[in-house]
Parts: sequence; structure tokens; C-alpha cells
Amino acid sequence: MDLIWEGLRKALELLLALDPEVLRITLLSLKVSGIATLLSVVLGLGLAILVALNDFPGKRLVIALLNTGMGIPPVVVGLFVTVMLWRYGPLGFLGILYTPSAIILAQLVIATPIIAGLGLAALQHLQPGLRLQILSLGATRAQMVWLLLREARLPLLAAVMAGFGGVISEVGASIMVGGNIKGSTRVLTTATVMETSRGNFDVAFALSFILLALAFSVNALLTHLQQRSGHR
Amino acid sequence: MTRETLLQARNLQVHRGGVQVLEVPVLDLRAGEVLALMGPNGAGKSTLLLALAGLLPHSAGELRFRGTLLQSRGHREAFRRRMTMVFQDPLLLDATVAQNIALGLKLRGIAAAERNSRVRDWAKRLGLGELLDRSARHLSGGEAQRTALARAFVLHPEILFLDEPFSSVDTQTREGLLDDLGHILAETGTTAVIATHDQGEAARLAHRLAVMQEGRIVQLGGLREVINHPEHPFVATFVGMETLLKGQVVSSREGLISLRLRKDSGDREVVALGEAQPGRMVLVGVRPEHVALSLQIDNTSSARNVFLGAVTKVIPRGPFFKIELDCGFFLAAYVTAQSMSELGLEPGRAVVASFKATSVHLIRKEGLDPEL
Repeated sequence: MDLIWEGLRKALELLLALDPEVLRITLLSLKVSGIATLLSVVLGLGLAILVALNDFPGKRLVIALLNTGMGIPPVVVGLFVTVMLWRYGPLGFLGILYTPSAIILAQLVIATPIIAGLGLAALQHLQPGLRLQILSLGATRAQMVWLLLREARLPLLAAVMAGFGGVISEVGASIMVGGNIKGSTRVLTTATVMETSRGNFDVAFALSFILLALAFSVNALLTHLQQRSGHR
Repeated sequence: MTRETLLQARNLQVHRGGVQVLEVPVLDLRAGEVLALMGPNGAGKSTLLLALAGLLPHSAGELRFRGTLLQSRGHREAFRRRMTMVFQDPLLLDATVAQNIALGLKLRGIAAAERNSRVRDWAKRLGLGELLDRSARHLSGGEAQRTALARAFVLHPEILFLDEPFSSVDTQTREGLLDDLGHILAETGTTAVIATHDQGEAARLAHRLAVMQEGRIVQLGGLREVINHPEHPFVATFVGMETLLKGQVVSSREGLISLRLRKDSGDREVVALGEAQPGRMVLVGVRPEHVALSLQIDNTSSARNVFLGAVTKVIPRGPFFKIELDCGFFLAAYVTAQSMSELGLEPGRAVVASFKATSVHLIRKEGLDPEL
């Protein structure tokens, strides 16, 4: 128990002192996962809209693949992205392996199916016929899509939260494609793993608290948006 | 006076999964008329409605609005801003009543001031004046459907399509909605197409009636004409001509047709009004409300068709009863609850059934199967 209390005390000290290294790691985590989530919203929602509004052969297969993708292990994504970005790999010419861009790419691959899968479920859950009703009121295709998204805003925000939660907390892919390089690709999760393995529990605790607080604040913000729009 | 044709369908076909689900060779919608599409579930009413509204692409044929062929996406989108549709479910957005009614106006980019005044007008007209700020989630079924109607009429549509608009509200609410819709349609002179499986709804709202079966229009004509003069056994049954018997014309003179019902229909004689070629096979239809029941033969009655029969079945039908009789042939009659108890009608009871020659409707469509 002493170990824990000592860890908590030191963690608090580090936080209050605004340790520059801790600050840098935190900001990088937020930036990388934030960008990855934003890009996933564009890609994932786009995919969800395409699948929800169109009938095509193999639609069920696509939905099944999306749902499977929601549970894809980050280490598998890490391995795949590493191979792709490897110097002689198909995307090797980009030269982004072991940079924050590589982490963003890996997290994009993780979050997109989550947002697409949950987003698709949200759109398919709307009242049947709503699309035709909106069109019959004179909507253009773009106006119709916008109204459907707005109508499904509560579950769609939940999808975004799930996507962000998935990438801010994942460690396997970030360590594999980022390399946990100090000052460059070290994020909260990879730093926590490293400090724990070194026995620096105080630092590891401090990083974990920040991670928790971060995940909580972002989700609290989104929940606030979600519930505010829910009660008018 | 011939009115302008608003919507014109020619050889309209819709396929679903490789199967043809709709085929309409000719259909014209005239300005100011209300056309009812009637038929059982699955007859293709909704499919035809959606196809006419340009919301369901047709696989063959053509559709013209005021003479313009609706072929390109641009034409269809322009058409969508001049018509609108009310569905069986109100399909409101998760917003206030006012925001819902304003939706179509907003999509058209109408300025807020005009939008608000039009929304208030139509909300008031449909009895929603007090509910403008209420969330659509907290409306009763009737209020929600009123909101959907206001959302449609506020657009001043050139054509209003209604797909079984009152099927999911209770009877009392439906009465009020039907009254209001009838008045508004009459006052505004809005051209409308309404799909319904309810003859009462069609009778109260429509000028013309199209009866559909298996993706085709079986009969199209004026409301009274179709209900009183069905040209097809299916239409006859559907519009409530419950007695349909096979017969053959024996003679036709002085405006009276004498018919012999086929042996399996009792081998009796029935008299109808009109002219027909002797020897011809026909279907003899009698509406149950045109059959009178009594206990004794009434010599003062002008009814030419009088038969002795026995009650086989008594079926309650809301305010009245349907009585099925065996007169050597099947005959159905409607009586009030009062007549029922006065006549002591119950299975096995012997009664006299009578109907006038004018109440006998003959279906003599070409190609009627003699073996029918």
C-alpha cells in the first residue's frame, strides 16, 4: 500500500510542478489522438452514410466487415502499419515510420471502423421512411444527409466518443509505429508502459492520472453536447 | 371544362429485385382533383404513389409534370419542391412543432419572417396554435399527424401525395383529421393523390377512384361510378358488393333484363334494369345495403326480386349487422340492431329477402369466363 500512496504523492507533485516533459507528452497524446479522431469522423461517417443510403450487392458483407473492424486488436494494426511504412514497404517512400504521423495513421485505422460501425447503426436506427419524407419536403441530397445526421446526433456523438476513447487509450500500435522516442513520439500510454517497466511507479501513476483526466474531460464535453441537444 | 393535366404517367413500370411490381399504362392527374388509390395491402398503392412523386425511380415509361419530362435528377429535384407527401407515420424530426412545420420552407431558403407567419397560420388552421413550442416527441398520434399535414400544406404544394395518412390513429382522431383534410383540400383546391384501403376515406375525400390489384389499376373512374358500377369481380368485392352470382341473360325487353342464376347458384330468376344480349354470361352483383328483409311477403313493395330464404350467419359490423342468407343462392344483407331484434334474426330463421331491379348490377366485361 505504501508504494501506491508514495506514487500518488509524487504524481501530484509532478502534476502541480507542470513538469515540461509530462506536459509535452500530454499535449502530443491529445494532438495525435485528436487529429486521428477527426480524420476518422470524416472517413467513418462518410462510409456510414454511403452504406446506409445505398443498396448494393454485398452490403451485408461490408457491414459485417465494419463490425469486425470495430474489435480489431491495436497490435495487429500496429504490425500492419509498420510493414506498410517500412523503408521498402508500399508506403515506405513517405518516410513517416517512427514519427507522430505514423501514430496518427495507425490510430486512424483503429478508430475509423468504430465510428463507421456505430455511425451506421445510428443511421439505420432512424425511422424508416424518414429519408423519403425529407426528400418529399424538397431537400437536395446534401440537405437530406445533413438532416439525417442531425437527427441521429445523439448516437453519432456516442460513436465519436467511442472512437476517441479507443485511440487515446491504445498502446500497442503507438509503440510499434511510433517507437516511444523521447521528445518525438512518446505519448501517455507508451510512456506509462516504459516507466512501469523501469519501476518508476510515481511517474507512471502521474501519467495514468493525466490519461484518465483527459479521457474524462473530452468525453464529458461530448456528453454535455449530446445531452444538451437531447433536451430541448 | 377540361382542366389542365398536372401529372401524366405513360407505361410506368417499377421493378424490384428483377420482379415487376407496378405497371400503369395510362394515368393522368388533373388540376384540382383528388384521386384515391384503393386496394388491399400489397396491391401497389404506395409504390404507385412513390413513383408518381418521383421518389421511387421507374424502370420504364415516362412521367411528365406540367408537360415536362421528369427524367434528369435536376428535373426530379425541381419537381420535389413543387409537391410534397404525407406518410402513414408522421415522420417528424426531433425538434419543436414549429421547427417541424417550417422544415420544407427552410429547405427552400424562405426568409424567417415569411416562414414564421406561414407556420403560425397553418398551425392555427390545424389546431396546433398552442403546441408550436412543444417537442415533437411529446405529441399524441393525432397531433403528430396534424403537424405532418401542416408541414405539407404550408408549402402550398401543387400536388399533395398522401400514403394511408390516417391508418395509425384511432377512429375518433381519424374522424377529426378527415374532416379537416376534406375542408382544406376543398378550400385550397389542392390537387391530391391519396392511397387508402378504406372506402369511407376515399368516399369522403376523392373525386376519382382507382382500384388496384397486384401492381395494376383494375378500374379507374368517378367515385360513384366505380362504387356503383364495378367492371370487374375483384373491384365489386372490394367496394362492398358482397353478393356476386353467376348467371345468364334469358331475355331483355322494355328495359328489363331477366336473368337465370346458374344451377350451382340456385337456378332462380333475377330481374335487372337495362339491356343485354340473351344467352350472355354475366356476374350479378347486389350490395348488402340494398337488400330488405321482412317476415312476410309485402305486396305493396315495388321490389321485383323477392326470395324466401333462411338466415345462415349473423355477423356484427359496428353499428349494424351483416346477415348471410341461403335463398337457394348466397345473399348478404345489412340490417340495424333494431331490425335485427324485431325480426328475431338468428341462424335458421326463415325470412323474405327483396331487392329492386335497379339494385342489381351486372358485370359483363368482355372475356368473362363462361365457366366462372
